[in-house]
Amino acid sequence: MVNANWLSRHKGFLILLPSLILTAIFIYGFIGTSFFFSLTNWRTLAVDLSLRDPIWQTYADMLAMPRFQADLRNTVVFTVLFIGLAVSVGLGLAILLDRQIAGKGFFRNTFLFPYALSFIVTGVVWRWIFNPETGINLFFNFLGINRALEAAGMNPLEPGWTTDPAVVFSVNQLLSQIWPGGMGFQIEWGIPVALIPVAIAATWQLSGFVMAMYLGGLGGISPQIRDAARIDGAGDLRLYRSVIIPMLNPITISTVIILLHVSLKIFDLVFAMSGVGPGFATDVPAIFVFEMMFKAARYNLGAAASIVMLIASSLVIVPYLIHTFKHRES
Amino acid sequence: MRTSLLLLIILLLSSCQSGDPTRSEKQIEVFTWWTSGSEASALETVLETYQNRYPDVEVINASIAGGGGSAARPVLQTRLVGGNPPDTWQTHHGAELMGQYVMPGFAASVKDLYDAEGWYELFSPSLIEMVSKDSEPYLVVLNLHRSNTLWYNKHVLAEHGIPMGDALSIEELFRIAEEFQNTEIAPLCMGDTGIWATGIMFENTLAGTIGAERYQGLWNGSTRFTDSDVMEAVRTYGRLLNYQNDDHAALSWDQAADKMAEGACVFYSMGDWVYGELIRDGLQENIDFGWVAHPGTEGIHILVTDGFTLARNAPHPEETLNMLRIMGERVVQEDFNLIKGSICARNDCDRSRFGPYLQWAMDEYAKSVAVPTAIHGSAAPADFQQSLNDALTDFVVRRDAEAFTEMLAREARASGFGM
Repeated sequence: MVNANWLSRHKGFLILLPSLILTAIFIYGFIGTSFFFSLTNWRTLAVDLSLRDPIWQTYADMLAMPRFQADLRNTVVFTVLFIGLAVSVGLGLAILLDRQIAGKGFFRNTFLFPYALSFIVTGVVWRWIFNPETGINLFFNFLGINRALEAAGMNPLEPGWTTDPAVVFSVNQLLSQIWPGGMGFQIEWGIPVALIPVAIAATWQLSGFVMAMYLGGLGGISPQIRDAARIDGAGDLRLYRSVIIPMLNPITISTVIILLHVSLKIFDLVFAMSGVGPGFATDVPAIFVFEMMFKAARYNLGAAASIVMLIASSLVIVPYLIHTFKHRES
Repeated sequence: MRTSLLLLIILLLSSCQSGDPTRSEKQIEVFTWWTSGSEASALETVLETYQNRYPDVEVINASIAGGGGSAARPVLQTRLVGGNPPDTWQTHHGAELMGQYVMPGFAASVKDLYDAEGWYELFSPSLIEMVSKDSEPYLVVLNLHRSNTLWYNKHVLAEHGIPMGDALSIEELFRIAEEFQNTEIAPLCMGDTGIWATGIMFENTLAGTIGAERYQGLWNGSTRFTDSDVMEAVRTYGRLLNYQNDDHAALSWDQAADKMAEGACVFYSMGDWVYGELIRDGLQENIDFGWVAHPGTEGIHILVTDGFTLARNAPHPEETLNMLRIMGERVVQEDFNLIKGSICARNDCDRSRFGPYLQWAMDEYAKSVAVPTAIHGSAAPADFQQSLNDALTDFVVRRDAEAFTEMLAREARASGFGM
């Protein structure tokens, strides 16, 4: 009965084997294939798997493209804006709800509700809200703000929102000082104004989720700690700043990691809301991948951009996973 | 519990397999991006004719919305590569047809159909050449659009006492534009949420500045994008951008047409798909709106065609050939083009059925040099089409003519046709 013995000894491995094989093929196999495609000459519908010479040329071309440079800038700016807004709004809502205001259950569900919508729906709705012709700009007229401004001799408030090509707080000057002539930046490194409405829409969708995370964390802080802080003479502000928020740090880290991977991979919200935007003001790497792969049929370039996206996500996720596993072992 | 779950699964699986029993065996799937008002009803006339003649065939209209096929082509591409082609699909002539569908072997030759129907006599030789490779045609062309027309609002010009002749030079256009500078009315109309719309104005300006021969040279490498005349065209185009309506980035091409109809802007350099839009807005040609060739493009016809292919290994080849035969018929082409706002691809259509603009377009097509458009994928491969769109997206904001032309020259080389 060697067989039965062997089977029982390797039972665990055998049970895992099918999913291991599937993961190997459909995740790592395909990542490898994409990476290989990014090194080839394949840039038409006809498959061409000969390697490029020099082999990294597609990556070099891509990094020199103004569009891809804008995509990298937009990812950084969007991530900072979106995570900053979502975490602070979410934390604020959680603290408000935690202070036992009336209708807690009602508000908790209301704030969480946008999270149930898909990004594409959010994108379409906010596209109309920020439409310069029909959206909130009408409120500025309706509420008399523009009339007041004009009476005061100022220009009326008519922001272009997602159609505004301006890039503010440009740091190109600064960059050229630290890194004189180092890289051929062909774009303005700053905050594209058109990205702000997109970050607001994403915040609207996800701050409820952040709130739910923090509510869970706040529930875990025992009342004794609060009481102890109060006895020590801490006021409300001090209580939150020095006791509660530091205790919520693990929650903040998990939340930021989750939001980071949302922001690095974002596609549908931006695609529905503003597309690539004026002068690529709202373009993101995922839209770049989609257009290069499925419109331009530049499979090598699309694959190269998705590999860059993968690396960006890994830079965030891998340290987090290492940290988590170490925690569990100790 | 477990048995009932198993039964449920078996039930579900069996119901999946049996499918819909009422579905007829004979089908034809037509893949287009014609979903907007006039486009959809134009397509409907063709499909109805087919349905009346072949009542037992189920016609599947697999249209996906999005101007110029921007959303449809990715879906089509996926289906073709995945071995699940529609029977016939819409495409533009030239590089798009050849590079995307003929060379990779997705489309089949329709030479037998051309021979049997005598189409070699009924379509112009230059058009047949544009859809052929090695003397085998691969497309049945349904309509011809002209992309280099400059439309204008007659009332606005009349109110400002500006006369219009049969032609307009670029300097005259700038002079008129200057007169509107300090008014509420924008001299030029534009709606470039889809960047291709401003691309049309760029191509028109390009052809108008460098002429038909040099323009065609761009696509075979004999003209470089960095040549001085191209640079001059880019600068002129940049000057034109100064006169467009401020909210151009928030509007689509058809909203810009509506803006012209309302008199909020004056001139619109756009293909004659605008014509259908203006007529639908209730405007009358030669009374409410007029047109001339885009400045400098007299004698040039920038051609945008729509035609249908025969899929290689089409699931329903016989039905598809019948559909293509109907698409090539004279009356079908007349009915279709009257609604679509374009002219017949056949040269024997009854011109008295068409209005003044379309008659003008027919005359112009007959006496002009027909040149391809890169914006609609006929002049250059898909990778360059994307690069051109990207370069325009950048240029519209930064107005850097050197960076623009250098990028185009580099991408043309990479795409394999530039020098």
